[in-house]
Amino acid sequence: MTKVTMTVNGRQVSGDVEDRTLLVQFIREKLGLTGTHVGCDTSQCGTCVVHMDGRSIKSCSTLAVQAAGSEILTIEGLARDGELHPVQAAFKAHHGLQCGFCTPGMVMTAVDMINRYGGALDEKTVRENLEGNICRCTGYHNIVKAILAAAAEMSAGRQAAE
Amino acid sequence: MGVEGIGARVARKEDKRFLTGKGRYTDDMVVPGMKYAAFVRSPHAHAKIKRIDASAAEKMPGVIAVLNGQQMLDDGIGNLICGWMIHSKDGSPMKMGAWRPLAHETVRYVGDAVAVVVADSVGEARDAAEQVVVDYEELPAVTDAATALTAGQPQLHPEAAGNLIYDWAIGTSEAETDAAIAAAAHVTEMTILNNRLAPNPMEPRAALGVYDSAEDHYTCYTTSQNPHVARLVMSAFYNVAPENKLRVIAPDVGGGFGSKIFIYPEEIVCLWASKRAGVPVKWTSDRTEAFLTDAHGRDHRSTVKMAFDKDNRITALKVDTIANFGAYMSLFSSSVPTYLYATLLSGQYAIPAIHANVRAVYTNTTPVDAYRGAGRPEATYLLERTIETAARELGVSPAELRRKNFIRSFPYQTPVIMNYDAGNYEASLEASMKQADWAGFPARKAEAEKRGKKRGIGMSCYIEACGIAPSAAVGSLGAGVGLWESAEVRVNAVGTIEVLTGSHSHGQGHETTFAQLVADRFGVPIDSVSVVHGDTDKVQMGMGTYGSRSGAVGMSAIVKALDKVEAKAKKIAAHLMEADESDIVIENGEAKVAGTDKTVPWFQVALSAYTAHNLPGGMEPGLKEGAFYDPTNFTFPAGCYICEVEIDQETGKTDIIQFVAADDFGNIINPMIVEGQVHGGIAQGIGQALLEGVHYDAQSGQLLTASYMDYAMPRADDLPSFQVSHQNTPCPGNPLGIKGCGEAGAIGSPPALINAITDAIGNNDLSMPATPQKVWAAIHAAH
Repeated sequence: MTKVTMTVNGRQVSGDVEDRTLLVQFIREKLGLTGTHVGCDTSQCGTCVVHMDGRSIKSCSTLAVQAAGSEILTIEGLARDGELHPVQAAFKAHHGLQCGFCTPGMVMTAVDMINRYGGALDEKTVRENLEGNICRCTGYHNIVKAILAAAAEMSAGRQAAE
Repeated sequence: MGVEGIGARVARKEDKRFLTGKGRYTDDMVVPGMKYAAFVRSPHAHAKIKRIDASAAEKMPGVIAVLNGQQMLDDGIGNLICGWMIHSKDGSPMKMGAWRPLAHETVRYVGDAVAVVVADSVGEARDAAEQVVVDYEELPAVTDAATALTAGQPQLHPEAAGNLIYDWAIGTSEAETDAAIAAAAHVTEMTILNNRLAPNPMEPRAALGVYDSAEDHYTCYTTSQNPHVARLVMSAFYNVAPENKLRVIAPDVGGGFGSKIFIYPEEIVCLWASKRAGVPVKWTSDRTEAFLTDAHGRDHRSTVKMAFDKDNRITALKVDTIANFGAYMSLFSSSVPTYLYATLLSGQYAIPAIHANVRAVYTNTTPVDAYRGAGRPEATYLLERTIETAARELGVSPAELRRKNFIRSFPYQTPVIMNYDAGNYEASLEASMKQADWAGFPARKAEAEKRGKKRGIGMSCYIEACGIAPSAAVGSLGAGVGLWESAEVRVNAVGTIEVLTGSHSHGQGHETTFAQLVADRFGVPIDSVSVVHGDTDKVQMGMGTYGSRSGAVGMSAIVKALDKVEAKAKKIAAHLMEADESDIVIENGEAKVAGTDKTVPWFQVALSAYTAHNLPGGMEPGLKEGAFYDPTNFTFPAGCYICEVEIDQETGKTDIIQFVAADDFGNIINPMIVEGQVHGGIAQGIGQALLEGVHYDAQSGQLLTASYMDYAMPRADDLPSFQVSHQNTPCPGNPLGIKGCGEAGAIGSPPALINAITDAIGNNDLSMPATPQKVWAAIHAAH
């Protein structure tokens, strides 16, 4: 067992973990943050995506010990003061989710994607950047629409702020 | 319609919890003292179990118990069953072999469960499962159904000689059909393969069994599309516990697509083990276990003859299908290639003679059962590939050939049981051709040719039978259950409303759609309506969600309950306002006396029902009504799908340029949700046509596609955005006029895509999935 300490959703947390404990297991089982999911065994489906130090990662293929000292953001930490993040709001407005199981990973991937591309996102780029996230319900149609809408809104928000 | 009523594009009430990580799925459940299960599974496709040695496993850290099939048998746990009886042509009942939740004598597919380890953690349970030594005597295996029927093949079950489960026929007599074919001006003949698929809801299956020894009571949290059916079957057939001692909860469920209808060994084992081991037991499938054990879909091999007269009218259709059932008969497996497939072989066409023969076959593969569409995609693929091929052979346009043969007057009785109640196939055909600019295709093809690309266009006209189903009718056809639905509408004393439904939402948005129905009726905001489902302790009874039945059947039950609530509320309002009951109108959240300014707010009506201080003489207090709705017929959604593709000749890669869907779903409650269902269905259909396929090694029976590294799931960049529209004719058979929309996309899309690809490459000999390798080979074979 190794003691790890990290910041999760702005709060410092510690726990004893086995060497083999995955970050997703630490998040789900030790911290009880069950919004991050496990949908495959091969790092393909993306239901486990969280942010580590501001970049999206797959928490199913990251050991908990690797995340020691880092800042982790999970889906539970995205909405602030009861207000949905613009990406969450766009998924709702555009019906970008059905069963909800892939949704947390999709949203976390989308936030990172928009952060990286800003207003330069188009449909092709969004689809290519969703390569690591599988959805079985929506056919991606409304997820793509939601991400493009959120990107446009966040970009407009930034311009207004400047 | 109001802003939140029937027909309104309302954002979903349930979204916030899923978007903020507050969804509660089975694997998220934690109960005190909970332990974890790992299954020991057969690595062989077919073998005798000689001995199971758990002594090393039992000494592993954290292990509480290692349990096996003999102990389950000793405790009287029953066999898994198929709940739909099919009789062969000779009158004999289907030949169902024994399926034990934990195999104790013979294993019949790779993944067959043999033992279970219960331990303190998932890791410890898995470590110990690897230490369970099972001594197997390997037997030869067979994975292909047509091969399994031939002489000298391995035999799976002593009950089923020659691996044949049933040999069943439907429709016009074979002699009459043959005579029509012999007299035809043209006959199109094809062999059609429908590839085996893995359903792959993103949430893997899971079960948590909790035994309360003080009450001798069990609770099962499980990933189910129909928790009441699970309780019924586990009580009545598997002998886990009587119904009053078994509570089944299906909380948030992350997709089903059919695969979560069935009752699997794992939930039975978790419940049983929770008593045996004396601790709550949770099991969550990993993805490889899901590929190995979630019921697969499709896997048909068919031959078809479609006969035409000199005017290109279809005179006869003859179909012979072999359906691979895998190693055991799953819960509804027998109904899929019979009453959900062969009964749809008339498609949208007037065909005077149809004869279909279906043989169901055991093989050493994962059990096969209903997967999105269940039989109807197989029927549509067969018909729409055949009529497209016929058009090419006859040298007529595919649209004209379909038009010429459309059914145009309703009701229409097909030769294969179904009685179509309403439809307008021409409308969907025209809408989709216009949307796709069919007329402009030759110019686009010519332009693509200049770029060295092969461009093709294909269509598919589908029909399906939904609103499953009239209980007496399916009972006469062999169903072991009735297929009605139940609902309860509880108006609280302050006027808020709870709707309890036997339907189950695992992505379909019932919490919103069903609330819209209530909002529409009483003019109350949807936020004041809560939808309760998925718990056998809360909802009286229900048959669950599959077969696109929640709208047509589930909501019809709610309508019936609303009718009763409204009638009582009007009596109360009339009494309060000293008016005649027939003059009361309930709208905009108040009861009014028509033609006057007298009103009583809705909450006042509700409160009066519960204070009971001033009710009409003899009236019981309370405002709560239940209803059961049994449909009078199937419903018949239909539509036309068009796909246009461009193919890279160098690589064989197919790009979908456009995909157009024009559907008739009857009346629609929430168009946004309906469109979402179509998008998802099309994606699964495109997955089947282009990417997905379960493959076994024919010799060893090993599953070769057991992860997302090997089984090609559709990703965002495999798919286009879709163009969807509706040309609705209301369904005359239910109070809301709903037909259903959940499966259409998966049914209509595969043939449109394959028709487009074969059009592009000029070679009709192509099977699904049309991978780049296959398409490349077909291009080169054609030249």
